[in-house]
Amino acid sequence: MKYLRLLVVNLFRKKIRTGLTIGSFAIAMLLFGLLVIVRFAFNQGVEVAGADRLIVMNRVTFIEPLPISYMDRIAAIPGVKSVTHATWFGGTYQDPKNFFPQFAVDPETWHAMYPEYLVPDDQFKAFVTDRQAAIAGVETAKRFGWKVGDRIPIEGAIYPGHWQFNLVGIYTGARPKDDTTQFWFQYDYLNETMKQSGNHYGVDHPGWYVVKLTNPDDAVTVVKRIDQTFANSDAETKTDTEQAFAQSFVKQTGNIEFIILVIGGIVFFTLLLVTGNTMAISVRERTAELAILKALGFSDRFILFLVLAESILIALIGGTLGIGIAVALAKLAMAYGNPLAAVLPLLYFPPDQVLVGIAAAIAVGVVAGLLPGLSASRLKVVDALRRI
Amino acid sequence: MVRVDGTGNEESLIRIRGLEKDYHRGDEEIRVLQGLNLDVGKGEFVAFMGPSGSGKTTLLNLLGGLDTPSHGTISVAGDEITHMSAGKLTQWRARHVGFIFQMYNLLPVLTAFQNVELPLLLTKLSKSERKQHVDAALEIVGLANRSDHFPRQLSGGQEQRVAIARAIVADPTFLLCDEPTGDLDRKSADEILDLLTRLCKEHAKTILMVTHDQLAADRAGAILHLNKGALVEAQGAGGPA
Repeated sequence: MKYLRLLVVNLFRKKIRTGLTIGSFAIAMLLFGLLVIVRFAFNQGVEVAGADRLIVMNRVTFIEPLPISYMDRIAAIPGVKSVTHATWFGGTYQDPKNFFPQFAVDPETWHAMYPEYLVPDDQFKAFVTDRQAAIAGVETAKRFGWKVGDRIPIEGAIYPGHWQFNLVGIYTGARPKDDTTQFWFQYDYLNETMKQSGNHYGVDHPGWYVVKLTNPDDAVTVVKRIDQTFANSDAETKTDTEQAFAQSFVKQTGNIEFIILVIGGIVFFTLLLVTGNTMAISVRERTAELAILKALGFSDRFILFLVLAESILIALIGGTLGIGIAVALAKLAMAYGNPLAAVLPLLYFPPDQVLVGIAAAIAVGVVAGLLPGLSASRLKVVDALRRI
Repeated sequence: MVRVDGTGNEESLIRIRGLEKDYHRGDEEIRVLQGLNLDVGKGEFVAFMGPSGSGKTTLLNLLGGLDTPSHGTISVAGDEITHMSAGKLTQWRARHVGFIFQMYNLLPVLTAFQNVELPLLLTKLSKSERKQHVDAALEIVGLANRSDHFPRQLSGGQEQRVAIARAIVADPTFLLCDEPTGDLDRKSADEILDLLTRLCKEHAKTILMVTHDQLAADRAGAILHLNKGALVEAQGAGGPA
């Protein structure tokens, strides 16, 4: 602690230069933060996927539905604890830009399958009893200003028509990273309406099944059993773990991980050069002072520590600032309307990534300060004093 | 007692025997000090004079453990420093040597108090103990009322007095002064010399000073001339001894 003053006064002797370096750090770490948010948004499905759930879809293509009769047959397969189904509706609210995921579901089994989605009991009862009932995630409700009791008109695309829903409930997530942008309504409403309309697309054919396993360790065996059960039928199945299913969606968008890695790498390398340059200039300017400290009896190790500590402090302040802004932006966007909701519905900065970011900033600080610090610590007092 | 003929006894505070220092400039070898002997007793005030390039500062650097000799030995208060490792020498310097430079070399971002406190940061003294020592040192140099001033807010003479306070605050075995009045006007120079004389007389500090200024050298108890890499005692040094 007694050296803290020496550290701080040295750091802020050139306020503009230190401020600009901290600013560069903050902007770079903000960019890193935004990349983390984007990465999470793409991988959110993977992150929250249940380890004990499987997705059963049509082998030909995901958009091809499966017969409703599969529900009981899947439930009878050994290792299967419970089954539900869901159907992608693909409608829009008021404007085609207002996209959010809408699923026609079987209320009871869906609710049991996803305990992480929290619905108040009275609202869930209303969902079961009203054929036109719907439940929206809290983010979507917030986005459109919906409240329980509202009548929600949705324009169908896959299932054409002007659909009307009664919003009877709003669900929240048990974990911060749970997707709360979905909109659920009863499959029976969809199915019966389609039957009555004479357009038989999707009648008695939900989009996919979700299976809960008795034992998650049996996933591979149960996957095989399900797909073998429907082999050589009109609608063969392709079963995956929920995580693999979510990952396949991410992959469709491109190699997000690679893009983020490349951009992140460039950001950190640039940061390294900027901070390293600042520290090198700072050490060069203070050659005489560092020589005096050594003459007074401060060790080489202390001088190295002093320079490294300055570099790390710059990194820590800039890094915390940048990541703090990124976290705040994500929170503000989710609280006051996410402008990217159509593409990235959930903007969230995972707490563990905050630590990763801070650790990366410190690492950059250490590497950037190492060379100037070593050169300062190896400084020969006699040579340095001769230059004064 | 100051001797340059190598006949001093074991009780000398500073004892130099056969000191040589060579520099290399390209293929050329330049011998700056040649078999130099010196004995300085405790409480002596010694001035080193000589033309530029005669090796005065080199001798001071060797005495302060900032440089290593090519041959010979230097003992201070019984410690032979010529064979110490760099780390040991750093610790030894902190304990035994007080440096006073021509350009004061205060840290501009620290106040007078903080500059003087620097050597004490290397000790185990508590904050309040450090404050007591710093206040006492500033009192001795007559700058107790300037402790919160930054170097830029002080005159050259005042800056040098702060540097002297920094040099004495940890109560080192001896002080090494490299042209301490070289950057000062006559009046300020005299004040600094008065202060050094007082430190020698009243506080029994051993002072070794390099100077070009005959008036400054006259304050010392012994004046030694560096000539062709060896020390020669001058006549008529008066000083405090």
